[in-house]
Amino acid sequence: MKPAFSVIFLTTLIGAAQGLFLALFTAQSYVLFGLLPQQNEHTFYAHGSLVALVFLTGGLLASFFHLGRPERAWRSAAKWRTSWLSREVIVLPAFMGAIFLYGLAHLGGWKLVLATLESGVVIDASVVLGAIGTILAFALFVCTAMIYASLPFLREWHSPLTVINTILLGGASGFSLAATFAASGAPELMRFFAAWAFIITLLGLVSRSASLARNRRLKPKSTVQTAIGIKHPQIVQKSSGFLGGAFNTREFFHGKSPSVLRSVKWGFLLAAFVLPALMLAAGLWANVPEALPLAFAVQYPGLLAERWFFFAQANHPQNIYYQAVT
Amino acid sequence: MTQLALVIDLNVCVGCHACVTNCKQWNTSGSAGPLADFNPYGADPTGTFFNRVQTFEVGKYPNTQTVHFPKSCLHCEEPPCVPVCPTGASYKRADDGIVLVDYDKCIGCKYCSWACPYGAREFDESRRVMTKCTLCVDRIYDTALAENERKPACVLACPTSARIFGDIHDPDSPVSVAIRESAGYPLMPEWGTYPSNHYLPRRKTALHIHKDELQRADNPLKIDGLLPKPAKSEPSLDDVMSW
Amino acid sequence: MCACRCGIRVHLRDGEVRYIEGNPDHPLNHGVICAKGSSGIMKQYSPARLTQPLRRKAGSERGAGEFEPISWEEAFSLLAERLRHIRATDPKKFALFTGRDQMQALTGLFARQFGTPNYAAHGGFCSVNMAAGMIYTIGGSFWEFGGPDLDRAKLFVMIGTAEDHHSNPMKIALSKFKRNGGRFISINPVRTGYSAIADEWVPIRPGTDGALLLALIHEIIALGLFDREFLVRYTNAGELVNMNGANDEFGMFVRTEVPEEEGCFDPQNKLWWDRASNRPVLSHAEGSDPLLIGEFALSDGTPVKPAFQLLKERVESYTAEWASGITGIPVETIRRLAHEMGVTARDQKIELPIAWTDSWGKEHDTVSGNPVAFHAMRGLAAHSNGFHTIRSLAILMSLLGTIDRPGGFRHKAPFPRPIPPCAKTPNTPLGVRPNTPLDGLALGWPSEPDDLFVDDEGRPVRIDKAFSWEYPLSVHGLMHNVITNAWRGDPYPIDTLMIFMANMAWNSTMNTSEVRQMLNDKGEDGEYKIPFIAVCDAFQSEMTAFADLVLPDTTYLERHDVMSMLDRPISEFDGPVDSIRIPVVPPTGQCKPFQEVLIELAGRLNLPAFVRPDGTRKFRDYPDFIVNYETDTGSGIGFLAGWRGKGGEKFMRGEPNPRQWEMYAQNNCVYHHKLPPSYQYMRNWNKGYLEWSQRSRITRYAEPILIHLYSEVLQKFRLAAQGKGISRKPPEHLKKNIAEYFDPLPFYYEPLEAQKTDCTKYPLSAITQRPMAMYHSWDSQNAWLRQIHSHNHLYVNPQTASAQGIDDGGWMWVESQWGKVRCLAKYSEAVEPGTVWTWNAIGKAAGAWHLDADANESQRGFLLNHLISEELPGTASAEPISNSDPITGQAAWFDVRVRIYKAEPGEPASTWPQFQAVPAAPGTAVKNPGWLAYFAGKGRRK
Ligand SMILES: Nc1nc2c(c(=O)[nH]1)N[C@H]1C(S)=C(S)[C@@H](COP(=O)(O)OP(=O)(O)OC[C@H]3O[C@@H](n4cnc5c(=O)[nH]c(N)nc54)[C@H](O)[C@@H]3O)O[C@H]1N2
Ligand SMILES: Nc1nc2c(c(=O)[nH]1)N[C@H]1C(S)=C(S)[C@@H](COP(=O)(O)OP(=O)(O)OC[C@H]3O[C@@H](n4cnc5c(=O)[nH]c(N)nc54)[C@H](O)[C@@H]3O)O[C@H]1N2
Ligand code: SF4
Ligand code: SF4
Ligand code: SF4
Ligand code: SF4
Ligand code: SF4
Ligand SMILES: [Mo]
Repeated sequence: MKPAFSVIFLTTLIGAAQGLFLALFTAQSYVLFGLLPQQNEHTFYAHGSLVALVFLTGGLLASFFHLGRPERAWRSAAKWRTSWLSREVIVLPAFMGAIFLYGLAHLGGWKLVLATLESGVVIDASVVLGAIGTILAFALFVCTAMIYASLPFLREWHSPLTVINTILLGGASGFSLAATFAASGAPELMRFFAAWAFIITLLGLVSRSASLARNRRLKPKSTVQTAIGIKHPQIVQKSSGFLGGAFNTREFFHGKSPSVLRSVKWGFLLAAFVLPALMLAAGLWANVPEALPLAFAVQYPGLLAERWFFFAQANHPQNIYYQAVT
Repeated sequence: MTQLALVIDLNVCVGCHACVTNCKQWNTSGSAGPLADFNPYGADPTGTFFNRVQTFEVGKYPNTQTVHFPKSCLHCEEPPCVPVCPTGASYKRADDGIVLVDYDKCIGCKYCSWACPYGAREFDESRRVMTKCTLCVDRIYDTALAENERKPACVLACPTSARIFGDIHDPDSPVSVAIRESAGYPLMPEWGTYPSNHYLPRRKTALHIHKDELQRADNPLKIDGLLPKPAKSEPSLDDVMSW
Repeated sequence: MCACRCGIRVHLRDGEVRYIEGNPDHPLNHGVICAKGSSGIMKQYSPARLTQPLRRKAGSERGAGEFEPISWEEAFSLLAERLRHIRATDPKKFALFTGRDQMQALTGLFARQFGTPNYAAHGGFCSVNMAAGMIYTIGGSFWEFGGPDLDRAKLFVMIGTAEDHHSNPMKIALSKFKRNGGRFISINPVRTGYSAIADEWVPIRPGTDGALLLALIHEIIALGLFDREFLVRYTNAGELVNMNGANDEFGMFVRTEVPEEEGCFDPQNKLWWDRASNRPVLSHAEGSDPLLIGEFALSDGTPVKPAFQLLKERVESYTAEWASGITGIPVETIRRLAHEMGVTARDQKIELPIAWTDSWGKEHDTVSGNPVAFHAMRGLAAHSNGFHTIRSLAILMSLLGTIDRPGGFRHKAPFPRPIPPCAKTPNTPLGVRPNTPLDGLALGWPSEPDDLFVDDEGRPVRIDKAFSWEYPLSVHGLMHNVITNAWRGDPYPIDTLMIFMANMAWNSTMNTSEVRQMLNDKGEDGEYKIPFIAVCDAFQSEMTAFADLVLPDTTYLERHDVMSMLDRPISEFDGPVDSIRIPVVPPTGQCKPFQEVLIELAGRLNLPAFVRPDGTRKFRDYPDFIVNYETDTGSGIGFLAGWRGKGGEKFMRGEPNPRQWEMYAQNNCVYHHKLPPSYQYMRNWNKGYLEWSQRSRITRYAEPILIHLYSEVLQKFRLAAQGKGISRKPPEHLKKNIAEYFDPLPFYYEPLEAQKTDCTKYPLSAITQRPMAMYHSWDSQNAWLRQIHSHNHLYVNPQTASAQGIDDGGWMWVESQWGKVRCLAKYSEAVEPGTVWTWNAIGKAAGAWHLDADANESQRGFLLNHLISEELPGTASAEPISNSDPITGQAAWFDVRVRIYKAEPGEPASTWPQFQAVPAAPGTAVKNPGWLAYFAGKGRRK
């Protein structure tokens, strides 16, 4: 597939936002259960939410660039029963709403206690909103991922690993982002976020490597033989019916050489996983605290590259019909 | 239920592209149009076409087959392009099985084109909506046309009548008969899309001549004396055998 | 009617073309239409349309494309003045050459009335070998004159055809044939298009089909698989040839008596050697049957042999083994092909219950046929040995007994014609006189040396040297040599060259780069060597850039036209058909039909057929001309055969009918005269048909048209070269050639170019084919069609390409002795390894056709013509000769020998040669749109 930059930005930006939100709420939950010291600054959560919202809005904006008719975007909520894209379109604003309220709750310091657990844990509005947001964040991960994973012909995508990757990569970048963000707003949480970011990044490396390994072993199910229904070992397309290109050649071919693809692969493995992990580790254990906030700056471009590769590696069966373009 | 479709006979298609440009001219001024062309007189001209004719070479010289392969939307019975559409712009008509796009609803997200394994959809860059073969819905029900002209433009144009149109759910329709009797097959059956359009394979007619057919009593060379007839008086089995 | 011959219906929406569909009631295409026809809208509204008369800007160079618009009145007076002077002094200084138009009856009439011999259409560079080779043998031909009866054939052999003129009918017929279980064999170096759906593809080395066909004849004769009865009755197989080498009549048929009336028919006065009585008898004598094989002596001692015996002797050495070495086809395949043809013809006889009477009065209860059909076109024709190859094919078809019989070859009216047809050119320079029509036709059918159009020294009268000793049977002229000859002043310089509907600065010329210079070349005196060039075209082509005067033509949707019985009508097997075209949209800008231009000019020049004795114009306009013109006053024969007579009650012959156009229009624009079944077959010898055709003035004579297995016409030329007889003799330096090539029996020789080439250095043949979705050069202005073929590749067998290190899709050079071209390679398993090929005329000169200067056509597309020479070097003593068939002057497009090699890594990624881009001509679109979304009826066009 030809990587579409609007979609790359959409997925990476909202992924980071989702991760960031999860990071925030994780921190809040830890605090709630006393695993972390009480947080004085409620504005930290509010500002965090704002950052997430900015990322989400950026993603949303990017997505509009993907549409031929953005003015009709509202129509896309119509088919939530069948279309993961439609579902994403519904969940995304819901999630944004939840964050907004969540941030507001923190900002306004709404202390309305809804329940107090036996252990004495106080459940207030921000906790409820955070929980809803968490559910929505995961729902959004699933929707986004399923847009790709649900297409059986795109076999590189059609795997649970796509969903897991989406969650882990979003999570990793979100926690890295949180660490960066905490550097200024809540330095005491920085190591907490960084530690999680480290763990999730490593998990992401494992699952992404697993999907790379899986994809390497994939044998195409569709061949030129099944595509045109002729059984013969040697079939070569001589003409795709036009010479100046068509939608089918623009949308589905990245046009890059295998060596470019290879470099991008190693590049994103380094930039999205290995380097951030090293930086996080350095910050956490090697006493180079300056490294922590920089992890995200390395990881995010790495994830852009990862998304690019995600598209480029996907081999659409329609390409069998459009091999001959010179 | 009716499922309208095309059956394409690779046995007679000569790759002339008549179906390609006839489709274009019918549809560009029709309900699906206009179909835009970019750089129409410049470098790398490109445009929206609902139907393309491709060429494949099968085998090695001298045992080569050249196969001309027309392809448009296959109007799948289980069209994966439809459920993925977030707006409902892509739909399959219940009464005749035609898969269509409602250009007024389409937001141009291209997701349906990702979901079509056949590359049958083309995004129109000028209207910025998805387009595809309509099976000429604006012809086939047009009562202003003579009965035998209520067929897709490409079908009427095709000089070799390689394109047959009809209802594949009606076992007696010409398309069903062709599929049954000439081993019609669907493309990429592995995806369970059940394409309605079918393809008929190449069929080969051979001639077998037995050696003895070359030597016959009525050889005209006999008349001109080049193949002498043995004289009646020469010895024959008649002289030596008795039964 | 569409651009060439199919019937169409054009739908308009608010005055704009909305949809062009095939006319279901048209006898030719039955409602189907091709890719080009379906893209007619994009021709009509092309930005390359010329819309006003243009004159080359004073002081600008020819070819630079600098023009200023002028009025029609200026254009007419400029032309008329120039032409009036030429006509009054030396009419042959005006040359009119036309391309693939369908109005040669009118252009030919104009030229003849003008008095110039220098007129021809595209036939000479197209497929004249096909016309001449078959018409001189069976009195009819493929191309537009006859074809295979695929309704009834069981075996169909197609040779060297990619698309051809009647492409839609061929496609309709092929698919029916295949679906009916017929067996289809294609003989072609390349497998594309029609060949793709063949049951068997027989790849052959280009230019070697003659060897294959002669070997097939050898096999068929050796096995006795020929139709003896057919040969005896309907060919000259049994006729006795004089074998007395000392005699002036050597090699001629022995005749009993000379007929009273001389005419262009073949008198039935030859002899047979009767089998029963063992003595000579008059051919076709009641109750006799000739021996086809043997040697005899007449009572006066003259040794004689039946023509068939000579044929048999001729093919003796042409064995399958011999042919295999030349053609590259395995011996077993050659034998099997012969067996398939012979056995199918013999064992699958067709018998139709149709009674008919033959020319000798014998009544037949049935029409029978041998269901083996052939079709061939330029793959045979466009070689310098094509005439004999095609004669071999016609003879093979005759041996199988398949001429004008069901399941075989069928004629289309007005064929069959006498062998050769009657039309003749003048035979002396005296036929060309100032202010006088030409004394004969500009194109004709020589039947002997005395018919040649030469002066007393045997030098050509025509600028293209047609009908000279160099190319005696060049019945369509040699358009491909016109520019070179005129430039060199050989045989003489001309003044005005008028080109209609041909792109002679590009694809219909060989040696294109140099010819473009010739068009532009000046003499010592600073004047152009070709002083004045007028071009009539509808689009801005490569040629229009070289014009001094450009006449903008209408398109086929904007004008009246006829497919006339006087030209190349659209007849069917079952009878004559002609048709018309009527305008559906008004002319664009100031476009004017060329027909109107000719009629206007003819009026201004006082050409007798176009003006009354008092000098006033006879015809208001072209439609009026078509209705009222008669070949002779009161002849009742005009351009259209249908609805003649005052009320439209007559056909073929009758008074002018003022409502003729209307009546055609009411009848799908077609007149189809279906013959009764008894006149539909065996027409060479069908008494009823021939008499009908005589009554309808299709022909003057109703004599049977016997097939010429053995060609006396050729023998007459050979005798002249051998110094025998009383006819004209060729000049010394051409004697050897004439004696060699004018062989009364077909023989195989290597194409001339190969004979003059070191084939180890240039080991490959390079050929072109028509793409089905492009019409020559002129569809590149079509926004839809050009997307299908925006550039072209050289197709090379992977084995051949990789031997040179050439990559699939990579840049490469292809080079002949005459030139070289850089192009893109494409591997193909569907091409014979000794051949490379490309689609014809896709490559364009930058800026032509109103394409952007960086359009793919000029940057990635290429023209093979740069590699082909219009002349071959002569010997030390002799001048260069045309790269043509030495008999017919047919352009040898497919003879070129090449070598290929990889382009260096540093070379530019574009084709070579490149030409300076010409600017858009005034009156064409101002600018090309960045995008186009055509929707009819938006009212953007008036
Ligand atoms: N679409 C389309 N149709 C056209 C035209 C067009 O430009 N476009 N042009 C029209 C005109 S003017 C003409 S003359 C006709 C020509 O119609 P065709 O006669 O079909 O002409 P070509 O396309 O030149 O095809 C020549 C064929 O002969 C093969 N060939 C070449 N050399 C040899 C050989 O030595 N032996 C054999 N056996 N085969 C050989 C080539 O591979 C090719 O398939 O088409 C007419 N129809
Ligand atoms: N290498 C190679 N060269 C070949 C051949 C080949 O096989 N190989 N084939 C040869 C053959 S068979 C042929 S017939 C020639 C064809 O060669 P050309 O006769 O030169 O053919 P076109 O390129 O069709 O050029 C026709 C011209 O007519 C113009 N035209 C189109 N419609 C109209 C109209 O309505 N009115 C007027 N006035 N003009 C119009 C077009 O714009 C174009 O300029 O090419 C020959 N050249
Ligand atoms: S061919 Fe493609 S576009 Fe057409 S119905 Fe099937 S999946 Fe949808
Ligand atoms: S491009 Fe249009 S039709 Fe396709 S999925 Fe998107 S909204 Fe639906
Ligand atoms: S059915 Fe109509 S829309 Fe579809 S390919 Fe044919 S002509 Fe085009
Ligand atoms: S029109 Fe018919 S023969 Fe021509 S390419 Fe299309 S399907 Fe094939
Ligand atoms: S073959 Fe010629 S006349 Fe016939 S439809 Fe095509 S362009 Fe028109
Ligand atoms: Mo031609």
